[in-house]
Amino acid sequence: MRVRFWGTRGSLPASGPETVGYGGNTSCVEVRGDDGTLLVLDAGTGMRRLTSSLEDPPSRIDVLLSHLHLDHIQGLGFFEPLYREEAEVHVWGPASSRGSLASRLSRYLSPPLFPIHLRSLPCRLSLHDVPVEELEIGRFRVTADYVCHPGATVGYRIEEGAVSLAYLPDHEPALGAREFPTDPEWTSGHALAEGVDLLLHDAQYDEEEYARRVGWGHSTLSQAIAFAELCGVGALALFHHDPLHDDATLDAMVEEVIAATDPPFRVVAAREAVELDPARVASG
Amino acid sequence: MSTQQPVEIILARQLASYLTVPIFLVDLEGTLLYYNAPAGEILGLRFEKTGRMPLEEWGQAFRPTDEEGDPLQPEELPLAAALEGGRPVHGSMRIEGMDGISRRIHVTGIPLEDQAKRRLGALAIFWETPVPGTGP
Repeated sequence: MRVRFWGTRGSLPASGPETVGYGGNTSCVEVRGDDGTLLVLDAGTGMRRLTSSLEDPPSRIDVLLSHLHLDHIQGLGFFEPLYREEAEVHVWGPASSRGSLASRLSRYLSPPLFPIHLRSLPCRLSLHDVPVEELEIGRFRVTADYVCHPGATVGYRIEEGAVSLAYLPDHEPALGAREFPTDPEWTSGHALAEGVDLLLHDAQYDEEEYARRVGWGHSTLSQAIAFAELCGVGALALFHHDPLHDDATLDAMVEEVIAATDPPFRVVAAREAVELDPARVASG
Repeated sequence: MSTQQPVEIILARQLASYLTVPIFLVDLEGTLLYYNAPAGEILGLRFEKTGRMPLEEWGQAFRPTDEEGDPLQPEELPLAAALEGGRPVHGSMRIEGMDGISRRIHVTGIPLEDQAKRRLGALAIFWETPVPGTGP
């Protein structure tokens, strides 16, 4: 399994010379199986660069959406395989109590927000509601379940043989907890992330920012580390960087939180275009 | 293997822990997962002392009876009925707390479903009311 980041930013694209190190595109991660199976985690603006990189795309592509906030779907309409008749594209994402994934997604992929209707896309498109207990895509076993974030939001656990990855880009497991973290049973996302080789987790805020944004659905860097430690992960990639944090700020935040928490696993901050091997990232 | 509760149950427990209205939370099987401190005052014992209990056990532990004093079976309790029927159920009853004090309570049982409409459990909101003829 290989993981490549095409968008690591949260909330809003943040392009500019001051963010070129970590990148300014919003959430989009390419996951490749050993057999070439392609999963795309979220469809933020990073999807444009992913599209450009697909010289010989597989006939089937699966896009796994965590939720439908704009920073996670804004790139979907620019995903070139959607416009090829021979392409088989499956989009998985959360339904809500008021509508299926298809009906919810159509609200964005239709005028006036987008010129082309979802139903007019020429590819062989299938839309699937999650959560699901478990599904198989190529050699991947994928589990999706709801996590703590405003609106219907899921996280994913992806396994290929003995190698595992968890993706919780927007997640506030500390919400309402008097102490965090304490007990796996009472911690959102634990079942998805338990024991994975690599966890990609929301780390949008510093402590001061979080204090003013409790309930917005995001975590601090230190909360992400504490959650990862509770889950016993092999390595943690801090993800969903705040658009107001430039490269120098992020560098300083990461250095500071690692010094303060001394995590017993490798911690990296996700950077655009960087590739990680979950089976090896823990050992550096 | 993780024993994590669904996020909706986690958030319900956390909300209950902050509120002053008595709240009682069960899982899909009716097993008591949590009740908050105000509920503990009516039930006569803090949750930390009782811990989890299956429906059959907590359904009898508080000796519930109807207004005439006839015992109620666990499945007749509003919380269990809400869990079974998937809709809110309201009722009144008498219970005897673990402290031995008899109280009259009103109970509203509310089923808990996630956005995929999967049933997860139920919670009861209840409050003590004066026994008729004894109030001011």
